[in-house]
Amino acid sequence: MEAFAAIFGIPPFELWFFFEVLIGGLMSGVMYALVALGFVLIFKASSVFNFSQGVMVLFAALNFVGFIELGLPAWASFILTMGVMILLAVTIERVVLRPLVNQPHISLFMATIGIAIFLEGFGELIWGSNIKPLNVGIPDDVVFMGDAMIQQADLFAAAVASVLVLVLALFFHYTRIGRALRAVADDHQAALSVGIPLNQIWIIVWSVAGFVALVAGIMWGSKLGVQFSLAILALKALPVLILGGFTSIPGAIIGGLIIGAGEKLAEVYVGSFFGGAIEEWFAYIVAMAFLAFRPQGLFGEKIIERV
Amino acid sequence: MFYREAGQFKTSYAGDQQMLPIPLDRAFVIAIAAIAIFVVPVIGSQYWLESILLPVMILSIAALGLNILTGYCGQLSLGTGGFMAAGAYMSYKVATNMPEFLPVWIPIIVGGLFAAMIGIVFGLPSLRIKGFYLAVATLAAQFFLLWMFQKIPWFVNDSISGVPSAPPETILGFYVTGPNASPEAKYLFVLAFVIILAILARNMARSRIGRSWMAIRDMDIAAELIGIRPLKTKLSAFAISSFYCGIAGALWSFCYISTVEPTAFDIDRSFQVLFMVIVGGLGSVLGAFLGAIFIFLLPIFLNNVPAWFGLELATDVVSHIELMVFGAAIIFFLIVEPHGLARLWQITKEKMRLWPFPH
Repeated sequence: MEAFAAIFGIPPFELWFFFEVLIGGLMSGVMYALVALGFVLIFKASSVFNFSQGVMVLFAALNFVGFIELGLPAWASFILTMGVMILLAVTIERVVLRPLVNQPHISLFMATIGIAIFLEGFGELIWGSNIKPLNVGIPDDVVFMGDAMIQQADLFAAAVASVLVLVLALFFHYTRIGRALRAVADDHQAALSVGIPLNQIWIIVWSVAGFVALVAGIMWGSKLGVQFSLAILALKALPVLILGGFTSIPGAIIGGLIIGAGEKLAEVYVGSFFGGAIEEWFAYIVAMAFLAFRPQGLFGEKIIERV
Repeated sequence: MFYREAGQFKTSYAGDQQMLPIPLDRAFVIAIAAIAIFVVPVIGSQYWLESILLPVMILSIAALGLNILTGYCGQLSLGTGGFMAAGAYMSYKVATNMPEFLPVWIPIIVGGLFAAMIGIVFGLPSLRIKGFYLAVATLAAQFFLLWMFQKIPWFVNDSISGVPSAPPETILGFYVTGPNASPEAKYLFVLAFVIILAILARNMARSRIGRSWMAIRDMDIAAELIGIRPLKTKLSAFAISSFYCGIAGALWSFCYISTVEPTAFDIDRSFQVLFMVIVGGLGSVLGAFLGAIFIFLLPIFLNNVPAWFGLELATDVVSHIELMVFGAAIIFFLIVEPHGLARLWQITKEKMRLWPFPH
């Protein structure tokens, strides 16, 4: 067994190392979950499969870094960037969503790909396409839990994500707008008939998604620097979504944790059998295999079709 | 005035069931094919043949394939690039290991068949999941296949660089693949595939199999009730679509870029082909061609526009603006003409029927 492990370069199984990988995976899962969260919000409220969520993360981070580089303090940049994201939400609702009402879902999906391409060009046109370091004072030391080494930045991200989810949950349950959003998510026409203005709801929900994108962008950006690959990394949120279900916020979080931990563990313990880099597709294959048994995802709504 | 359907009566079943029942349509299509075969290779410059027409034709084969799956059978797929790569790598493997006397089109067909097999495997989830869930699941094909071809050296004959160049092959003494081939030879070789595959697609779409695809697309439960088997229908759509994509991938590697490399088939390629299908028109053979022409030429056009106005812009600024215009153009198109270029063509024909006296 020892020799076997040595040939394939598998690390010998030790509990602390296992936990280190597991926790590292869970932390990157939190990041995926942050992106998936913004997606679920939009899908629930407008059944738009928002492919541009990943680029929105990049766009928000680019703006945030750009304002900081102009010499503004971090809190002012945050508020300004939030303003930009709200403006973006209003523009998208006016220019893209409103004319495409009642079109098939695939058209709206394609339109969001168009938005993604546009935003990518727009953001980099304004702020340039070189890698920008982002430092907003997130601690980057390591702490030891027994023998396992944990990045403080990861813990911080996890804390921020939990606070974010808590805030969103409170917002959805205890405010007037939150109730309206839930009503729209339940049934568009019923919501319209009791006087909830759909267009405004869409603007709000895209703004909230923009806010989530901004938080995710700051987290990702301080970890990896603000660069285009953020948008590619955000694609990992898609298997998280199919695992968790498109319409469930807890699904996005738990799916993110499962995918993050699963792919890191698989890469470390199984990857060397296949020549490494299985992280790229592992999440998708897991999600696909999972769907074969539970087509609506972990927490998604079961679709009942009638002829 | 010039284009009319009235007064043309069919007196035989064969006449009624022709692929293009209207004589003027038929003449038009035959004329285009004749020009493409006999005139274009003679008058076309190397730039036009090699850098414009060749990729447009190959991508329209891929778009035809995706149109079969998405447009006719209603299964959204984002894995086109992966299936193209499957075709490219398998044809390379076959072409470099087969006996000399076999013709060059055999490895390309084998590549297509291999892609079809892979398509069936990745189509299996379509029996349980639908819509966007399926679209994301097909991304698995995209990432997994590209990873597989990069990691398994068997596919590239253990080449050290991992990016082998396409093997030069001949037909009747002319090189048609690899770096030595003349643009005209490559053009005609690809054109043969385009014509055959387009005729096949058109005929499949209006025969039993195409009708069952469309029934599944429009309402799968109702289709099942009238006796169409979802398993057979969906998997056949996946297989045939991947066959087309595989052939497109093989031609792309062999004739256009002359190397077999994974970056040519990344996720951007999948989206490019999807754009072609949507902009061209879902469920239309003509749309696949129009979409391929439009999407491929738009960036080239955008690249040249600033120069016409005498503007000198930095290349990265141009590429950013290009992205913006491209994204905006897609949104504009979806809003203004959601049924694509094929529908615009149909409207033009309807106008022509009454021209010049519309009322």
